[in-house]
Amino acid sequence: MTGKSVISVKNLVKKFGNFTANDNLCFEVYEGEIFGFLGANGAGKTTALRILSGLLEPTSGEVTVAGYDVSKDSEKIKKNIGYMCQKFSLYDDLTVSENIVLYGGIYGLDNQSLRERKNKLLKQLRFEEYETRLIVDLPLGLKQKLAFSVAIIHNPRIVFLDEPTGGVDPVTRRQFWEMIWETASKGITIFVTTHYMDEAEYCDRVSIMSEGRIVAIDTPENLKKQYNAETIEQVFVRIARPLKN
Amino acid sequence: MRTILFLIRKEFIQIFRNKFISRAIFGVPIIQMLILVPAVTFEIKNLKICLVDKDMSAESRALISKLEGSPFFRIPYMTFSGSEAENLLYSNKCNLVLEIPAGFSRSITSGRPAGIMASINAINAVAAQLSWAYLNGITADFNKELLLNKTGMQGQVNIQRIQVTNRYWYNEMLNYKYYMMPGVLVILVTAIGFLLAGLNLVKEKESGTIEQINVTPVRKYQFITAKMLPFLIIGLIDLALGLSIGKLAFDIPFEGSLLLLFLCAAIFLVAVLGLGLFVSTFSRSQQQFMFVAFFIMIIFILMSGIFTPYESMPLWAQYFNKINPVAYLIRINRMVMLKGSDMSDIRTELLSLIAIAFFFTLFAVRKYRKTA
Repeated sequence: MTGKSVISVKNLVKKFGNFTANDNLCFEVYEGEIFGFLGANGAGKTTALRILSGLLEPTSGEVTVAGYDVSKDSEKIKKNIGYMCQKFSLYDDLTVSENIVLYGGIYGLDNQSLRERKNKLLKQLRFEEYETRLIVDLPLGLKQKLAFSVAIIHNPRIVFLDEPTGGVDPVTRRQFWEMIWETASKGITIFVTTHYMDEAEYCDRVSIMSEGRIVAIDTPENLKKQYNAETIEQVFVRIARPLKN
Repeated sequence: MRTILFLIRKEFIQIFRNKFISRAIFGVPIIQMLILVPAVTFEIKNLKICLVDKDMSAESRALISKLEGSPFFRIPYMTFSGSEAENLLYSNKCNLVLEIPAGFSRSITSGRPAGIMASINAINAVAAQLSWAYLNGITADFNKELLLNKTGMQGQVNIQRIQVTNRYWYNEMLNYKYYMMPGVLVILVTAIGFLLAGLNLVKEKESGTIEQINVTPVRKYQFITAKMLPFLIIGLIDLALGLSIGKLAFDIPFEGSLLLLFLCAAIFLVAVLGLGLFVSTFSRSQQQFMFVAFFIMIIFILMSGIFTPYESMPLWAQYFNKINPVAYLIRINRMVMLKGSDMSDIRTELLSLIAIAFFFTLFAVRKYRKTA
């Protein structure tokens, strides 16, 4: 990949007290790619992702997202990114369309494009019958699809997905990835963390974190070659298993 | 601006979709007004006397019937045993023991001063002092009659003395409800403003929905304003509801300007909403918030002068009340409702409220962090 860099991380360190969650991370993410961010539980993926999306301040290091410094211009970054939390965080007590309208409104879509976007989304997700249902009544798979759609409602340059398919059935997972590919094809950069190694194969490039460090970063093919493995899962098991266990 | 409207609309939808909150918002003022206004009173009536009449004379009986004739006292117990009387006082069966010693009437007829002895339960010091004052009033009356009988003169015209004539202003009938009602209204508005908005924000933290807001370009002041405005409006509606109940159920007078009262209440609401949101920014859970908020609210209300006169508090308490929005609004409410005070009369209070509202809101906006 030789696109333009949209995320640039140099020597990122994040400490919580004595605990170092991110230990000197360095990487670049290029425009339009699907970047997979892998790692065991507690490896520091979510911390890094929260720093990139402006929810958390780094302890030190230079981090630019969409051309802005996260320490200085995090509000400018927010206009250019979408974010989907690990924990479902749309409003449960609002309906599908109320959530869409709320976030569309917050991101400054005008009334007409808001209406168009809403209708298109409802149709695309085959959500018409759910339009006036409260989110709390939706099945998880639909909730996740909705959360993703809301995260990209303003056509951001980058979208951050934190374990978007956790707990979702295989069919829905596949559909979800189709949504991701479609989004990527529009030039939106995808930054995704996941536990599912088959999903890692879908990414253009992956990085693997272990105990706060990035231990490998490359295309899935190169990684498999380098570690002489048939699947990314094997690569992962070989390098990412915490030494303590 | 448009962002705020979207957020406010969302808040209203959520408030009215929550059956419990939307009912409580209109139920609480009705219940609170109907219960608190008539119940909270310092008037003391029907004090129970245990009488120990060791004299059993015409004079002692005359005094007893005077006591019985007053609305302040009832005499459910009579005994000759001092220890039984003491027991009754100890077990809270009576509020005071009145002992008329043997020789009471002899002293009177022979022109010597006659003594009676009252032992009063003074756990509630105010009530004890009041019953003492009532008792004094009745015996003074009794004394006057004795003098009259003895001298046959109309009053004590030949004795020089000062006579005080008084008239009670602003609450001529000394109706306690008139005094309490403006205060109860403030408690009502405080609870709505202080608790609901803060709880709402902490709930967003608990459920994680605030994360999704924090990654959007929503400005901090927009978010805080959208949290405040719906509850500001609800607070004012509750105030109107409370005032109507006061008028209909208790016929509370309203001398001043309604508009002024609502203006002050709106500023007050901004202050307590700001404080509530400020507390919620450093609370992690609804329990934490409730605990701290409850504590602050109790202090604010008890120190506000709703029950006890502001002026008789120690100096440090009066200084504290300079930042207590509840104290200001209670004073404003009483002045506007009972005295008909206008803007210039309450200028100091109003300006102080504006300053408090400004700072509390500023704290809330500053302390609310989109980035941890």
